[in-house]
This record gives sequence, structure tokens and C-alpha cells, in this order.
Amino acid sequence: MTDYSDPDFRAARLKKRYQAEKRFRAYGMAAIITAGLILVFLLSSIIYSSLPAFSHHHVRLDINISEDYVATDTPEEGNYLGLVRAALRDHFPQVTGRRDKRALYKILSIGASDAVEARVKNDPRLIGTQISLYVPLSDDIDLMLKGLIDRNLPESDRIVSDRDLAFVDKLAEENRIERKFAFALFTNGDSREPEMAGIKGALAGSLWTLLVTLIVSFPLGVLAAIYLEEVAPKNRYTALIEVNINNLAAVPSIVYGLLGLAVFINFFHLPRSAPLVGGLVLALMTLPRIIIPTRAAFAAIPPSIREAALGVGASRTQVIMHHVLPLAMPGILTGTIIGLAQAAGETAPLLMIGMMAFIVDVPTEVTAKATVLPAQIYMWANNPERAFVARTSAGIVVLLTLLLVVNAAAIYFRRRFEKRW
Amino acid sequence: MKMNESQKVKIKARNVTVHYGEARALHGIDLDLNANEVTALIGPSGCGKSTFLRCINRMNDVIDGCRVGGTVSIDEQNIYSDAVDVVELRARVGMVFQKPNPFPKSIYDNVAYGPRIHGMAPSRSELDHMVEVSLKRAGLWDEVKDRLSASGTSLSGGQQQRLCIARAIAVSPDIVLMDEPCSALDPIATAVIEELMEELRRDYTIVIVTHSMQQAARISQRTAYFHLGDLVEHGQTQAIFTNPENKQTEAYISGKIG
Repeated sequence: MTDYSDPDFRAARLKKRYQAEKRFRAYGMAAIITAGLILVFLLSSIIYSSLPAFSHHHVRLDINISEDYVATDTPEEGNYLGLVRAALRDHFPQVTGRRDKRALYKILSIGASDAVEARVKNDPRLIGTQISLYVPLSDDIDLMLKGLIDRNLPESDRIVSDRDLAFVDKLAEENRIERKFAFALFTNGDSREPEMAGIKGALAGSLWTLLVTLIVSFPLGVLAAIYLEEVAPKNRYTALIEVNINNLAAVPSIVYGLLGLAVFINFFHLPRSAPLVGGLVLALMTLPRIIIPTRAAFAAIPPSIREAALGVGASRTQVIMHHVLPLAMPGILTGTIIGLAQAAGETAPLLMIGMMAFIVDVPTEVTAKATVLPAQIYMWANNPERAFVARTSAGIVVLLTLLLVVNAAAIYFRRRFEKRW
Repeated sequence: MKMNESQKVKIKARNVTVHYGEARALHGIDLDLNANEVTALIGPSGCGKSTFLRCINRMNDVIDGCRVGGTVSIDEQNIYSDAVDVVELRARVGMVFQKPNPFPKSIYDNVAYGPRIHGMAPSRSELDHMVEVSLKRAGLWDEVKDRLSASGTSLSGGQQQRLCIARAIAVSPDIVLMDEPCSALDPIATAVIEELMEELRRDYTIVIVTHSMQQAARISQRTAYFHLGDLVEHGQTQAIFTNPENKQTEAYISGKIG
């Protein structure tokens, strides 16, 4: 039989216990460090590959805004592309052939004339004068200048021809090429040309969609939770409802998309591809994710507070509105914001209602055609142009930033409303 | 004259039964509680004394599956009749709980809450006055008058409990129910509250549940001994403690059971 009072036995036991505790700590730390390293690797690789998208090479051209291209009385009908091309041609007097000219034009972006057009429309007095302006180069030239296309490869293996290289080198010699911040990424809607494709349309679409989601799901979710937790009798019907709400939280999101297609679009004839429908679908998906944490927040309020309020003669509604709801607010807001953050990253249900779409215009209302950030990222990832690789990562960075902002808001509100007792 | 007034029956309980689901917690209690007296309810844990206390302001109503039978009358009015509004009843019957439970609001708002929701103070100055009077009665005014905007939860346990008393009496109830108000407090804070009860009974009818025999003996005029859902004995505190009629009561108060 073991002698428990034996000092050696107890020392050995003690040593074993300390070792077990040390091991346990080590496992925990290893798990945290592994998770942290994976996260750092993921984030840094996304940010690194997104960096090229945030800048773009532009060429400075001296543009004669001649009346041959833009009439003084109708500046909106001007041939601005012609203007820019003419300005480029001035630097290469030796280029005369039709094919050579066309090759020369291709070093410019399709959107090269946008800046000129905007300037002239803004100030028609510029017609007849000469302005110096940076216009974007094409995506392939930009990639070459960034070193992402190796110019030392044999010509047949690269997308930029020797002739293009000669054009660019001459402009570079004249110090006309400069790498600038790619404002287009944030000010443009989608485009087939990577250098003109921007996130603004998808960002606006996401925000409109989330606005609809918030307006629909927050009041519905909170009221449902208040009723279930505070008012409804605890019987088998409310138990059934509770089980079903918990199940709804686990329904695959594509199912909500099918539901939205069948109900909102086919039955109610709401517009396709619109943030209104997207927001409604995401609201359905978000509802259980608001109801569950809200109920948990209510359940976490100590019963002593309710008793105190009831004891001085507060009605049930007053107990809820004056005491329980304010105290539950941090939990409710956190649940809501996390539900919204999930909705912001959701793609599958929006597939079904046409929000995975190539849409150039920035949506300005909830019934306008729109796409959302994750859909935009997916579509960019599918585009063949190499410059879209960086654009895709940049889109992810924007989405992650949005989620970061949303989560920071959650933490802020939590702190702001938190009360201790 | 005081003597006559104190003989007036304030609360009359007749055949009060309480069920929690299938379990019966009280088996037909008949008990009269006099105005301007402190009545102590004593007995071992689970004997039903708190349950009985909660019948007097219908706090049992909020417990799921709890059913109350029989009648409880306050000033000859059955509080379980449909004519009685439970919210108004609770304004007339204040309650102080075992654990101090101030709202996580300022001291001022804690006391002002009751008058506010009942619309008792039409102006700010009247409300200020009510808060001051209530805090003075609860013996807390001198300690907190300079920091009325501090959180009620920042006070010490004994101060919190007096704040809860101030909150209860701010709505001018007739009756104050106390459910082991001193069980979470140290002896000094307990002494302060006991003194306070002696003060308060001039204006209120007080019913207190306590586990402390000495406390019951010190503060109450009448004592009721509960055991396993039955009212075993009820009478003048002095008589109960010196010469109990029932063997069980004697065993309990002398510390042999409980």
C-alpha cells in the first residue's frame, strides 16, 4: 500500500504535477504561436501581392486641345482619345504606318483620355490651349515597368513586344514616366481593363446591401429576442421556435439565396442584382445570428436587477426598457456587428440573385444594379489579365479593412456601453 | 395610542398555498401581520418563509410555473383579486433583497427611479427633495450627499443595502418586505440597518426574513416560525423566544435543528 505521508512519494507527486502543468502551458502556447504565424503569413502574403495594385505608371503628355478634336460649343462630344493619341504621336515622329501607330497607341490605357475629358468639361476655356497631364499607361507596360514582366526574356515569351519596349524606353529617357498612386482603384467602378478597374462600385454595393441588412435584421432580431427571452411563456411552442432559430443559424447560406430568388425576385418581382434584394437575403441569414447573441445577452443580466426594478413597481416593459435592454446593449451590438461582418463577407446567397455581375456604374440607390466586395474579388480572380492578380489581392485588403473597421466599431460600442455591477 | 395603532392588522393571509410546478412550497398559511410592527419570519432553509414573503408583493408571479392559492389581504383588500394592479401593489409594498442590488446607475437615479416611473415628482426640485428625504431616512444621506452622481455600485455592501432601502421607501410604501437584508453584511453594517428598522417601523409595516435568531429577537415585535411549508408557531417575539409552545420551535431557536 502507498504511504501518502512519505515525503519522497509526495515530492515525486509534486514534481509530476508541476511537469504536467508546464506541458499544458507549452501546448497552449504552441497552439497560439502556430495560429499567429499562419495569420501573419496569410496577411503578409496578401498585402505583398496587393502592393502593385496601389500604384500605376503614368506618362506625362503635352496635349494640345485643338478644336480639330474638341469643338468649343460641344465639349461633351469631343474626340479626347484622338487628342491624347495625337499628343503621344508627337513624341514619335518616325511612326507613320497604320500598324505602327496602332501599336503605339496600345502602350496607353483605354482610360488615358478620361483625365483630359474631365479637365476640359470642367473648364471649356482650356480648348485651344496646351496642357501637361499624366495619363495612365496600359496594364502590360505597367507590369513590365514594375518588373513583374521580365523584359530580358526572348520577345516571343513576353506580352510586351520589342517595339513597345522601344516606345516606353524613349518616353522614360525623356523623364516622362512616373509611378503614381492608383487613385483609379478607389474612384472607379469595375472595368475589363485592369488599370481602370476600381473597387468603388463593389464597395458602394456592399455598403448599400449591408444598410438594408442592418435596417431589416436589427429591429426584427432584437424584438424577436426580447419577446422570446423576456415576454413569451416558456412552453413547447417557444421551445420549438428556439430550436428552429438555432437550426437556421446553421443553414448553408446558398439556401437563403435560393429562397431570395424564389420569394423576392420571382414572387414579389423585386429587381435583380439590386442591394435591396441582396440586403433582404442577407438579413434573413443574419437574423438568427442576431437573435441568438441577443438572447444570450438578456439571459446574462443578473435576475437581481429585474427583481430590484419589479420591487419598486416597474412594469414588465419598464424593466426591459430601463434596465435589461441598456445592460444587454453591448452584447446585442457585438452580436449584430459580428453578424453584419459575416454578411459582408458572404458570396454564395448573392450568386442566386444576380449580384455576381459585371457592373461598371457605382450604385447610388438600393434598387440600382450592384455587386459586392467578395463577388468583385472572385470575378477579378477569374480574369485572365495578369494585372488582375494584384487587383484581386487589393480587393481582399479592402474587404479585410472594412471588416477590421466593423470589428473595431464592435469593440468601441462594447466599451462605451459596458457597465459593471 | 401608539399601542392601539400597532394592534391594527395590516396584512391578513388566509390559507395561502404556493406550488412550484408540482412541488408544494406552502401548505395553507394563516397569518396576521400588524401595522407598524416588525414581524420576523424564521425557520430553516427551504421552509417557505421567503416564498411567503414574496406572496405579499406578488413577486412570485414572475416565476414560471409558480401558482399561489388562498388570499392575502392588505387593508382588507385581497391583492390576488383581478381588481388589483400588480405594479401599483408593488409600489405600496416595497422590497429589499438578500443581496444588495442597486441599479448600475448613479446613487441619485437609484432612489429617483421609483418616483420617476410612478410620476410622483412633477418637478426636478420635488424629486431632489424626495431623494434627499429617502436617503436621510435610510441613514445614508450624510455619507453620500457629496457624490450623488457616483455609481450606486461603487458603495460598500452596507451602504448599498441602505441605498436599496432608500430606493424602496422613496415610493412611500405602506409595507417594506426584507428578505434576509443583512446576510451579506458585516456586523457593523448589520447594526446600522437594524437601528434603521426600528426607526422605519414608526411609518411602515415591516416583514423580515432572517436566519439570525439573535436578529429576530433584537428587532422584531412578532415572530413566525416556519417549517417545511407550514406555519408552526406565531406570536410575540418575547414569548416565542422565552417560552415557545411548540417543541419544534424550541428545538430550532435553541439551535438543535436548522
